[in-house]
Amino acid sequence: MDSAISDVRTPLGATADNGLKIVVVGGFGVGKTTMVRSVSEIRPLNTEETMTRAGETVDDISEIRGKTATTVAFDFGRITLDARNVLYLFGAPGQERFWFLWDRLFSGTLGAVVLVDTRRIDDSWYAIDRLERHGTPFIVACNDFGGARHAHRDVREALDLDPQVPLLDCDARSRESSKQVLITLVQHIKNRYAGQTAPAVASPREFV
Amino acid sequence: MRRPGRDDAPDRLYTLTGGRSRSGPDSPFDLVTLVVAESDATPGMQSEHAAILRLAQAPTAVVEVAAELGLPVSITKILLSDLLATGRVSARHPRNSVLPDPDILEQVLVGLRNL
Repeated sequence: MDSAISDVRTPLGATADNGLKIVVVGGFGVGKTTMVRSVSEIRPLNTEETMTRAGETVDDISEIRGKTATTVAFDFGRITLDARNVLYLFGAPGQERFWFLWDRLFSGTLGAVVLVDTRRIDDSWYAIDRLERHGTPFIVACNDFGGARHAHRDVREALDLDPQVPLLDCDARSRESSKQVLITLVQHIKNRYAGQTAPAVASPREFV
Repeated sequence: MRRPGRDDAPDRLYTLTGGRSRSGPDSPFDLVTLVVAESDATPGMQSEHAAILRLAQAPTAVVEVAAELGLPVSITKILLSDLLATGRVSARHPRNSVLPDPDILEQVLVGLRNL
């Protein structure tokens, strides 16, 4: 077990006292870890949470034996913003079972980036629906995989995206591009909460 | 890469926490609560507790502790609760509220622009 502790750690400053969360959600292979890595000051780390089918973390170890529990893995990186604020950036799978853990892991998150591969737009639909239902501010970033650029209008239509949700292209491998994605998200969060006393409750969309 | 909870037998997790597996809805620890060691590891201490105290010489988030120890987050929170209860670590909880603090958001923007 001691071998699990890496020798190369970059410690936080002693005055750090406020952890913040932003989640990058997207399907398998869309570039979540790449984006986390491009802006993180540490090599992305991986960890897991285990939960029961009922959506709670395990409260009876026998449930692990009984295989009624399931495990969700996610990776994360870290950005020291200033002497006190530290931003943790989580790369999280958008698949259905993950959302059972959202409240448990990501309550209090500032917002989310939905990372989209425009060749597989349908993969992102579920994540956007869940974020709207949770009332979590989010933006959509299309990762550039070198293919033909899709017109934003088409992407918005395919995702049935609210006109107020920012949509931008990015290259998750680029630190500067990923940084711009995060800035766009935080600006969106600021705008959304400015002059508003309560977070907007998104009207549920109908599934067809 | 280690895959705790997948490669490990559940029995190991059971032993680590003395059979407890619920960190509880009232667990004070958020994923990004920063933990700081307030004492050194002592001989005879449970090895995971000692490892946490070594890791948390500088402020270290709960999720970093979990990743470095190779343990699920919920199990890590139980171990941290033990250490918090005995004063061996202190916890700096995120200053969250229902609505994000505009000042904090501005600080985040400034920090990101300075990257």
